Amino acid sequence: MRAFITYYGYTDGSGEYYIVIDAEKCNSCGDCIKVCPEGALVMEAMFIDLEDKMVAAVTEEQRKKIRYTCSSCKPEEGNVPCVVACSQNAIACIWKPKK
Amino acid sequence: MTNNNNGKTEYWRWLEYRKSMPNMNWKDAKIVTAGVDVGSVGSKAVIMLDGEIYAWSVMRTGSNSSDSANKALGWAMEGTGLTLKDFQYIVGTGYGRVNVPMANRAITEIACHAKGANYIWGPTVRTVLDVGGQDVKAIRCDETGKVVSFLMNDKCAAGTGRGMEVIADLLQIPIEDVGKVSLSVTEEPEPVSSTCVVFAKSEAVGLLRKGWTKEKVLAAYLRAMATRMSELIEKVGCEKDFVITGGQSKNIGLVHRVENILGIKRLPVPNLDESGRDPASAGAIGAALFAKALYEKSQNVRG
Repeated sequence: MRAFITYYGYTDGSGEYYIVIDAEKCNSCGDCIKVCPEGALVMEAMFIDLEDKMVAAVTEEQRKKIRYTCSSCKPEEGNVPCVVACSQNAIACIWKPKK
Repeated sequence: MTNNNNGKTEYWRWLEYRKSMPNMNWKDAKIVTAGVDVGSVGSKAVIMLDGEIYAWSVMRTGSNSSDSANKALGWAMEGTGLTLKDFQYIVGTGYGRVNVPMANRAITEIACHAKGANYIWGPTVRTVLDVGGQDVKAIRCDETGKVVSFLMNDKCAAGTGRGMEVIADLLQIPIEDVGKVSLSVTEEPEPVSSTCVVFAKSEAVGLLRKGWTKEKVLAAYLRAMATRMSELIEKVGCEKDFVITGGQSKNIGLVHRVENILGIKRLPVPNLDESGRDPASAGAIGAALFAKALYEKSQNVRG
């Protein structure tokens, strides 16, 4: 199965926080960018099979503070807007704060 | 480890190196390419003749990315008679990739590392752990060296090459020896609890005051580093064959602990002098390979 999956985020003492994007599934439509209330998503060139493909990505600035940025969408309750907006099922959210 | 101008020993300072293959001649090559990987701590340049490693250099990155790129490639070219116009294609990668002045284009280091690991160890590589100066990357790839998934942790410097330099300096143990020294403990201590290098450093100072030996503090620090890396790898999934790249691939204290936690052995490091297949230069090797592929592609389009 083809895939080019990027985990944006981190695991630290407070838990696990990731936005996961599959660059092979992404069709570059930009719907996720439009629905993100924090402006945390952008289109970025990924180098796949010697081509530059524009795919959704978390901005460099937000990658290190995703726990705070993405908490406004209440990922622990599901229905994260970018995940829901993606018609290609290219985006997932891993959200495991330590209790 | 070296002495600086004031006579103070710099334990963190690792040795730079370069080499070219005496039995190869670039004038016989059809395609001359280079990959320049400007990392946060080290800058690596690899020159390839028709896709085989010809010359390479590993230097410390200075405050200016373009200078570091120029110096690294310049050093690799030294004595070969090559000039910049002899290269058909040059790819820049790494942290400072947008500031590689002589490069035809930049490519993210993730793609380059996977490609480089595939070249160094062959098509059986599936999981690559890259321990860089300022970040840690866990990469899964297929038999062609194409990225399948990856995870990068650059949130802080603890558990990276730079963090290791800080601890080596604190404990006054030459950076080349930290791995060996850390393995001299008879019993493995609990890992340090701090995930931030600033806190880890003060925690280490506290342990020394408590009477812990240097070896034990080092073991505790490396244990913590290995634990964090293993968590990253388990997130993307660790599939055989497993390899470690980046400057810290030379740190046997770290390598042993990661192997121990994951329950899997890494593939051994090939003989560098014979082949130039240096795990610290995996990114630059991948970049030089992509440079060749991109050059060939551009020729096909034209022809």
